[in-house]
Amino acid sequence: MIGIEHYLVVSSILFVMGVLGIFLNRKNVIIILMAIELILLAVNINLVAFSVFLGDLTGQIFAMFVLTVAAGEAAIGLAILVIYFRGRGTIAVDDVNRMKG
Amino acid sequence: MIQLVSFYIFASIVIASAAMVIFARNPVHSVLWLIVAFFNAAGLMVLIGAEFIAMLLVIVYVGAVAVLFLFVVMMLDIDFAELRAGFVKNVPLGLLLAVVLAAELVLGIGAYQAGAVALGTPEAGAATVSAAVPNIEAIGGLLYSKYVFMFETAGLILLVAMVGAIVLTHRKSHGTRGQSISSQVQRRPEDATRNVNQPVGQGIEL
Repeated sequence: MIGIEHYLVVSSILFVMGVLGIFLNRKNVIIILMAIELILLAVNINLVAFSVFLGDLTGQIFAMFVLTVAAGEAAIGLAILVIYFRGRGTIAVDDVNRMKG
Repeated sequence: MIQLVSFYIFASIVIASAAMVIFARNPVHSVLWLIVAFFNAAGLMVLIGAEFIAMLLVIVYVGAVAVLFLFVVMMLDIDFAELRAGFVKNVPLGLLLAVVLAAELVLGIGAYQAGAVALGTPEAGAATVSAAVPNIEAIGGLLYSKYVFMFETAGLILLVAMVGAIVLTHRKSHGTRGQSISSQVQRRPEDATRNVNQPVGQGIEL
């Protein structure tokens, strides 16, 4: 039978994949955004698995809110990406120093 | 048995496609692998009876977010070969960090499996799952009663994201004639029209 450990292992691997993706593709902001989506997917799998195996529906409600925030984040992130590309003609983000922050 | 087999199929495809997302040379392929990963994650959720979140995952991620990514990747003329320049240089640090993180997570799961941590039981006031009520009905009942304000806040977040994305990417176009709503509203009949009592047989003066 499937236990919660199975789901925890899958979501941990997915989470580590997302973090690794951010580190490997430090220049390409599109891949970084996709890696963030992977991390949020891992979080969602975790929430749903705990919700089901605990027998408490609240986790699934919160997975829905995580989904909402992920959608908003993707929209804003890609909008920022588009205006960044318009201004500089590239999306390499490892040398973003225009604001000298 | 069939549950276990399908779990391993879904799980291995999710992990393999997540690896392809971060290792693919072409970002378009990355987006397509991301779609595969989302579909199989939805399968994983259906497997344990969370149908609503699974369908939401397909609709929101595959139907909206992945298409958004595809649009942006294809719309911008980006030299992706140049962006991969530092890939090999970043591998050692990235792998080190990933291994450390994975070790910590394995430690946590191992501690749970060894029996050191109890999963716990839902509290008295918690929304428990019952087999008689379907998943979607139960979530709907909870969402529109106990979590209604959070639901509305989620709608507000989406509204702000939508307005923000439009404001960020909107460009004033020059050379086209736009609509001026205030001058349209301020226009009165007496300024715009004129009544004349035109005598017969004379030309009209415009």
